[in-house]
Amino acid sequence: MSETQVFSIPKVWNENVHTHYCPGCTHGVAHRLVCEAIEELGIQDRTIGIAPVGCAVLMHQYLNLDMMEAAHGRAPATATGIKAVRPDKIVFTYQGDGDLASIGMGEIVHMMNRSLPLTVVFINNAIYGMTGGQMAPTTLLGQKSTTSPAGRDAKVNGYPIRMSEMLATLAGPAYIERVALTQPKYIIKAKQAVLKAFKNQVEGKGVSFVELLSTCPTNWGMRPLDACKWLEENMIAYYPLGVFKDFPPSNTPANTSTTNTSN
Amino acid sequence: MARSLMKGTEAIAEAAIQAGCRYFFGYPITPQNEIPEYMSAHLPKVGGMYVQGESEVASINMVMGGASTGYRVMTTSSSPGISLMSEGISYIAMAELPCVIVNISRGGPGLGNILPAQADYRQATSGGGHGDYNLIVLAPGNLQEAVDLTQDAFDLSQKYRNPVLVLADGFMGQMMEAVEIKPRKAEDPSVNADWALGWWNERGGKHVTVYSMHLAPDKLEPHNTHLQEKYARMRANEARFEHFMVDDAELIVTAYGTTSRVCRSAINNIRAEGYKVGMVRPITLWPFPSAGYSNLPESVKGILDVEMSASFQMVDDVRLSTLCDLPISTTGRWGGYAPSVRQVEEACKELLKK
Ligand SMILES: Cc1ncc(C[n+]2csc(CCOP(=O)(O)OP(=O)(O)O)c2C)c(N)n1
Ligand code: SF4
Ligand SMILES: [Mg+2]
Repeated sequence: MSETQVFSIPKVWNENVHTHYCPGCTHGVAHRLVCEAIEELGIQDRTIGIAPVGCAVLMHQYLNLDMMEAAHGRAPATATGIKAVRPDKIVFTYQGDGDLASIGMGEIVHMMNRSLPLTVVFINNAIYGMTGGQMAPTTLLGQKSTTSPAGRDAKVNGYPIRMSEMLATLAGPAYIERVALTQPKYIIKAKQAVLKAFKNQVEGKGVSFVELLSTCPTNWGMRPLDACKWLEENMIAYYPLGVFKDFPPSNTPANTSTTNTSN
Repeated sequence: MARSLMKGTEAIAEAAIQAGCRYFFGYPITPQNEIPEYMSAHLPKVGGMYVQGESEVASINMVMGGASTGYRVMTTSSSPGISLMSEGISYIAMAELPCVIVNISRGGPGLGNILPAQADYRQATSGGGHGDYNLIVLAPGNLQEAVDLTQDAFDLSQKYRNPVLVLADGFMGQMMEAVEIKPRKAEDPSVNADWALGWWNERGGKHVTVYSMHLAPDKLEPHNTHLQEKYARMRANEARFEHFMVDDAELIVTAYGTTSRVCRSAINNIRAEGYKVGMVRPITLWPFPSAGYSNLPESVKGILDVEMSASFQMVDDVRLSTLCDLPISTTGRWGGYAPSVRQVEEACKELLKK
C-alpha cells in the first residue's frame, strides 16, 4: 500500500520550536500561510520579515528567515528602510491591528502610498491581544474589552476603522484583500491572498496588503470554536471579505473603486 | 576635492556621501533642511536613495531598517525632531546597529525657535530615550571639523555597532567656511554578514534576527552588562578634547561648538592685554573628556563655562571632571542668542580680578 503524505511542517518553520500562542489563536494559521507562500515561491534565502510589537513579537524565533523586530507600529518604516537599501530582497511586515491601525497608522498609510514593492500581513483580531484585551481601533461597536467594559461606544470611542477600504482609496497600493482564518473554505482563500501578496513583490508590483480576520479567544473570553463563530457572525458583517484593490495600481483616485467579492 | 567654501549643512551632507553613506531618511526641519535637500539631489547620482519619512518617528525607524542591513545610513534633524526620534534611537542602540544621526540644534523647549542653541546637551549625552544606553556624541568647533567628525561618526558607529550623534548648533549648520572633503573608505557591507539582515547565502544559509526585546531577565541583564562594557570601551578610547593656551593659564574657559569659537576670539584678544586665559574644548560630549580637566596646571584658579543654554547643561560634567576642586562660573546667552566676544572677555576679566 503506498502512502501519500498529506501534511508536513513548512521548511520555513524553525525545527523544534513551539509558539507561545494561546490555544485556538489564529496567529499560528497566519504564520503557516506566510511560511507556505515563501516556500512555494522559493524565496527563503532572500526574504526579510519584520515582526511587530503585539502577540507576534516573537515571530522571528519561529520562522527560519532573516527577521527583525520593529518598534510598536513602525514596521512599515523599518521595511521601507530595508527595501530602500536592499531592493533585491523580499521584505514583509506582519502586524496586529493595534500596531498597524492605531500607533502605526501614519507609517502604514505612507508606506502603502509610496508603493515600494513590499508585502503587509495584517492580523485584525479586533483587540489588543498582547497587553491583555484592551480596545483596538478595530474593536466592534458594542464589543467589550478591558478598556470598553460596557462595550465600545461610538460617542466616546469612535467607530471601528476599516483599514483595507481606507487604504484602497490611495493611488499607490497594488493589491488589497481581506480574508478570514476561521475554517478551511476561508483559509484556502487566505492562502491564495497571502501567496499573491508575496508573488506581487517578487514580480516588482508595488505594495500588497492582506488583512486576515483573526480570533483572540483568550481576550474575547470565548472557547476557540465560539470565537470562530463570533468572528464569522460579527466581524465579517462589518469587515466584508474581498478584494479592494488589484494591480495595476491606478494613477487617479477615481480608479480606486472597490470590487467587493464577498458573498 | 580641493578646499572650497561651503555651508555647514551641505559640507556635512557631502562628507557623509564621501564616507560611503548612500541612504538617507529624514523629515524637513529648520535649520538643517539643506542636508535632506542636498541628499535628495546627490544620492541618486551615486546609486543611493533619499527617502523622505512622513515624520521623524518614521525616519528613525527607516534608519533602523536600513542599518539592519549593514550598509551606511543616516538621518539628520533639529531639536524637536530628535526628541521624536528618541524611542527609535533607544531601539537602535539596544539592537546594536550602526548609524549616524546629526542634530543641528535650535532653541527650545517646545517649538522654541529656529535659531541656534546648545540646549540639547543633556538629551544628547544621556542618549535621549529610555533605558541604559549611550551614543557617542561629537561636537565640531568649525566646519572642517564638522566634515571630519561626520566621517569619523560612520567609522565609530561601525566599530562599536552603536549610533553616533553629531551635535552642531544652528550657527555651525548655517555658516560658511572653507573645507576640504576627502573620500573616506567604507567597509564592504558584507563584513557585517554575521549580524546584518540580507546576507543569507554569504552566511552559509543561516538566518539572523535583529531585535531589542529580551523577555527573560536572565537574558536582559547580561545584554545590558554587555552594552555597559562596550560603553566603558568607548569611554576609555574615544574621548577627545582640545587644549588651547592652557599651559600658563590662570583661568580656563570651557565651551564646545559655536561658543568655543567666541571664546577663542575672546582669549586671543585679552591675552594681548596680559590676561592668562586658556580653553578646554570638549570635542566628544559623550564620552565626556574628563582628562581634559584633570591635569590642569597649578596656575589655574578657576573655570568659566560658556554655553548657549539657560541651564548650562555641560557644567555638571565639568564639575565632576575637576572633582569640584576649582570654582566654576558660567556665562552665556540662550533662546537663539550667542554670547558676544565682549561678554566673554568681560566675564574673564571680572573673574581674574577676584
Ligand atoms: C510605544 C509602545 N506603546 C505601547 C506598547 C504596549 N503594547 C504592546 S503590544 C500592544 C498592542 C498590540 O495589539 P495588536 O497590535 O492588536 O496585536 P495583537 O497582540 O492583538 O496581535 C501594546 C499597546 C509598546 N510596546 N510600545
Ligand atoms: S492573546 Fe489573543 S492574539 Fe494573543 S496569542 Fe492569545 S489568543 Fe492569540
Ligand atoms: Mg490585535
